[in-house]
Amino acid sequence: MSIHDDLKRRGIGSVGVRTPLIDGVEKVTGRAKYTADLAAPGALCGRILRSPLPHARVLSVDTSEAEALDGVVAICTGADCRIPFGVLPISENEYPLAREKVRYRGDPVAAVAAIDEATAAAAIRLIRVEYEPLPAYFDVKKAMAPGAEPIHAEKPNNILREVHNEFGDAEAGFAAADLVREKTYQFGEVNHVHIEPNATLAEYDPERGHLTLHTTTQVPYYVQLNVAKCLEMEEGHIRVIKPFVGGGFGARTECLHFEIIAAMLARKAGGTVRLLQTREETFLAHRGRPETEVTVKLGMTKDGKLTACHLKATQRGGAYASYGIITILYTGALLHGIYDLPAIRHDGWRVYTNTPPCGAQRGHGTVDPRAAFEALMNEMAEELGLDAFAVRRINLLREIPHITAYAQRVLSYGLPECLDAVMAASGWAERRGKMPKGRGLGLACSHFVSGTTTPKHWTGEPHATVNLRVDFDAGITVLTGAADIGQGSNTMAAQMVAEVLGVDWHRLRVISADSALTPKDNGSYSSRVTFMVGNAAVAAAKDLKRILVEAAAKKLDASPDAIECEGEYFRVAGQDPGLPFNEVVKAALIDTGPITVKGTFTSPPEFMGDKKVRGSAIGATMGFCYAAQVVECSVDDVTGKVTAEKVWVAVDVGRAINPLAVEGQIQGAVWMGMGQAMSEETRFDNGRMLHGNMLDYKVPTMAESPDIEVFIVESIDPNGPFGAKEASEGMLAGFLPAVMDAVHEAIGVRPDALPLTPDRIAEWLDAKERRRS
Amino acid sequence: MKSILTLTVNGRRREDLVPDTMLLLDYLREQFGLTGTKQGCDGGECGACTVLVDDQPRLACSTLAVQMQGRRVETIEGLAKGGRLSRLQQAFHEKLGTQCGFCTPGMIMAAEALLRRNPNPGRDEIKAALAGNLCRCTGYVKIIESVEAAAG
Repeated sequence: MSIHDDLKRRGIGSVGVRTPLIDGVEKVTGRAKYTADLAAPGALCGRILRSPLPHARVLSVDTSEAEALDGVVAICTGADCRIPFGVLPISENEYPLAREKVRYRGDPVAAVAAIDEATAAAAIRLIRVEYEPLPAYFDVKKAMAPGAEPIHAEKPNNILREVHNEFGDAEAGFAAADLVREKTYQFGEVNHVHIEPNATLAEYDPERGHLTLHTTTQVPYYVQLNVAKCLEMEEGHIRVIKPFVGGGFGARTECLHFEIIAAMLARKAGGTVRLLQTREETFLAHRGRPETEVTVKLGMTKDGKLTACHLKATQRGGAYASYGIITILYTGALLHGIYDLPAIRHDGWRVYTNTPPCGAQRGHGTVDPRAAFEALMNEMAEELGLDAFAVRRINLLREIPHITAYAQRVLSYGLPECLDAVMAASGWAERRGKMPKGRGLGLACSHFVSGTTTPKHWTGEPHATVNLRVDFDAGITVLTGAADIGQGSNTMAAQMVAEVLGVDWHRLRVISADSALTPKDNGSYSSRVTFMVGNAAVAAAKDLKRILVEAAAKKLDASPDAIECEGEYFRVAGQDPGLPFNEVVKAALIDTGPITVKGTFTSPPEFMGDKKVRGSAIGATMGFCYAAQVVECSVDDVTGKVTAEKVWVAVDVGRAINPLAVEGQIQGAVWMGMGQAMSEETRFDNGRMLHGNMLDYKVPTMAESPDIEVFIVESIDPNGPFGAKEASEGMLAGFLPAVMDAVHEAIGVRPDALPLTPDRIAEWLDAKERRRS
Repeated sequence: MKSILTLTVNGRRREDLVPDTMLLLDYLREQFGLTGTKQGCDGGECGACTVLVDDQPRLACSTLAVQMQGRRVETIEGLAKGGRLSRLQQAFHEKLGTQCGFCTPGMIMAAEALLRRNPNPGRDEIKAALAGNLCRCTGYVKIIESVEAAAG
C-alpha cells in the first residue's frame, strides 16, 4: 500500500483524526529551512554592541575607528533611527539602538555589518561609547520608592500601569464567609527559551527601495509595521516572510530590536545582512513572564463556596513597556470565567526596572495569579476539612451560557468533566491522604482565552482572513497569514479545508506567513489561531465548495441541491460514479480562469467586552479552554529535591481538530508549567545576567520530566470551528499550584515561592522543624 | 593554519582544506550546505547539533572539523535511504515527536546512536541517552513514544 492510500484509509486530515503535521516530513529529514539555514551568498554578517551598564546616559558614540576597519560595510547607531517602537500603540518607548539612555545591561547601542564574523566582532570592539551611570533598580520596591530615578521620563514613579477594579461587593463577600485567608506568593521570572535562537536575514534592494526580511517571528505583520515605522518606509515596500520557526511561546509576538537593526544595517549597506543572535542575546531580548508578587485573599463558606476574592499583583516588568499594560490587566481579567465567584477586587502594578523587558509568555498574565489563587484554595479546603475536588465542584459556574462580571460570555464549559476525568485516572479517592512518606498528590484548575477579540492594532477588518487558490491542476493552496511556529497551525488550516471539501489530504498545500502572498493576519498569540483562522478557513472552504457544486450541477444538468459529494466525487443522487474532483474543478474554472476564494471570520460585538465594564476589552474572548490536573510528586527530605512523577491532565478544548496535535500542545504546556514550578528562573547580579545559557537557566531535561497523561474533553463550543477552542495555554498554570499541593502532602510544608529549588524546600523543612521543637 | 581533511560524510568520501579552528558544525553547514544540523545555543548546552561520528553521538558545535580525519560522519540528511524515511524519522513524524522541529535532527541522531548500540532500550535508557538533547515544545512525552515505536 502506498503512503497515499494508507493516509486515505486512516482518514488522515479529517477533523478529529490523529494527523501528523503537514510539514512534519521536512522537520524529520532536516530539509526544513529556518532563518539561519537560508542560503544568502555574499550576505554580510551583522553584530550588535550592547550596553555594559544597567542604567546610564549615553554621552557619545564614536564609530570612526570601526568605520576605518577594512571589511566594515555599515555601522548604525541611535542616530540612525529617531522613532520608537513597541507592540502596543499606547506605549511605544523602545529604540532599536539606544538614544540618550540605556536601560538594561544588554540594551543595543550600535550595530555593524561586515564581510565576515571576525571583522564584525573586531569592529564592535573599536566602537567607543561614553556613559554617565545612573542609579539602577532590579526590584520593584526600590524602583517604586520615592525619589527613585525615573527609567522613563514620562513615568516618574517607574510604574508603567496601575490597575484597580472591583466587581461585586468584595467586603460584603468576605463578611459573609466562614473562613477568610490571605497569603502572599513569590514567583520567579521565566523565559520562553524557544530552541531556535533569534535571527533575521534582511535583504535591501537599493534600486527599488524594497526590503525583504526572513525572520523568527510569530507575527510577521507586527514586524512589517514596526520596521516600516522605524525606517520611515512604506509598509508595502517591505516583505516579511516567516520561514520555519523553532518555537516562540510568546517571545516572538512582537517585533524585537534585532529585526529592526538587521533592516537598518541592510539598508545602510545597500545589500543583504544576516544577523544571528547568540543564545545569550536571545535571553537578553527576553519578553518572558515577569517576577511577580501575588497577594490573594479568599472568602469561603464552611462548605467551600467562594464568597469573594481580592488579588494584588506586582510585576517586575523590565526596562521597556512591551506588552506590560496588557499583562497586568490580564492578571485581573482571568480571575473571571472559571468559577462562580460573586465578588472580585483586583489591584495591579506593572513596574519598570533595569532588567531585560518582560512581555507575553504562554499563559499570558494568568499563570502566577491563578497559581496563587488555586494554592490558597487548596490550603483553605484543607483547613475546612474539605476535599480539593469537592471545593472545585461547589464553585463551578452554575448555568451555561454564563456572562462574567467582566462581560465575557461562556458558551461551553467542560470543567466538570475535566475534574471527573483526572479524579478517576489519578486514583484520587483511594490514594489522596494515604500516600507514602515523601510522596503526594495535588489538584488545580486553570483556563485561558481562545483568542482576544480586541486586536491591538484595530483596523476594523475581520478577525481572520484565509484565501484558497485553485488552478486547473486541481491542487488547492491554502494561503494564510497565520504563523506556524511548531504548534501546527498549517496542519489545522488544511484539516478545516479538507473536512469541508472532503478532498484527499495530499491535494492540499499550505503557504503561510509571507506578507507578499498571504492575507494579513494578526499573528500567533492569545491562542487565537484555531478559533479565528480556523473559522476563516471553514468559511473559505464552504465558498469554494459552493462554486464546485454549482459547476458540477451545471455539467450534470441538475440543480445544485441535487448534488451529493462523496469523497472526491460529485454526483446526482444514485448516479454512479459521478464527476471526479479534477473534472469538477476544470468545469468551474472554464468561465473564470484560476480562482482564489476568500473566507473571513469576524467576532460578533457582544464578545468584545462591554464599554460599561472598565478594562473589559482586555481578556475579551469568544470562549475559554478549561483544564484540571493532578500532579504526583516525590520529595527527598534530605536533599530537598522535588521530582514530578506523573501528571494526569484533562482539558476542554471544545473539539479536538487533531487529537495528536492537541495532546502534544497540552503535554508541552504542562511541561512548561513544570519548568517554571521546579527549576527555571532568570537571575541577575546588579543587572548582570547569570542565567544566559540553557544549563544555568535550568531547562528540564528528559531525565527529570514526568509522564503526562492527557484526557481530551469536548464541550463543542457553538462558535468554534467544528466546536474547537484553544488547546495550548489554558493547562499551563495548573501545574504550579497542583505540585505545590502535592509537596504539602509529601512533606507537610506549604510552598509560597517558586521555583521549588532544593534550597527552598530545605528552608521550609527547617522552619517546620523549628516550629515543632 | 589550514589542514587537508579527508573524511566520509553521509557515505560520501570528501577531501577539503579547512581552517584548524573551524568547528564541525560550521564545516557541515557552510561547506556542505547540510543545514539540518542546528545551532541552538552558544556551545554544548542543547544537543541540537548532535551528529554521529563512527556511530557515536557527538556535538558538532564542540568538535573541530580537523578532528574528523579519517572518520565517518553522519547527519540527519543521511538517514533517509532511497528517499524513504528511516524508522526513527517515520516514528517522529507519525507520533509527533517533532513540533517546531528545531531540536529534531539532533534528537533523532542521538536516538539513532542509542538504537544502534541497544535496539530495544527501556524507558530509562532512552531518557538517559537523550537527556543531553533539549526540547521546549513536546515535554518529551511523544519523543520517548517515538523512539519506543521505532525500536519496537
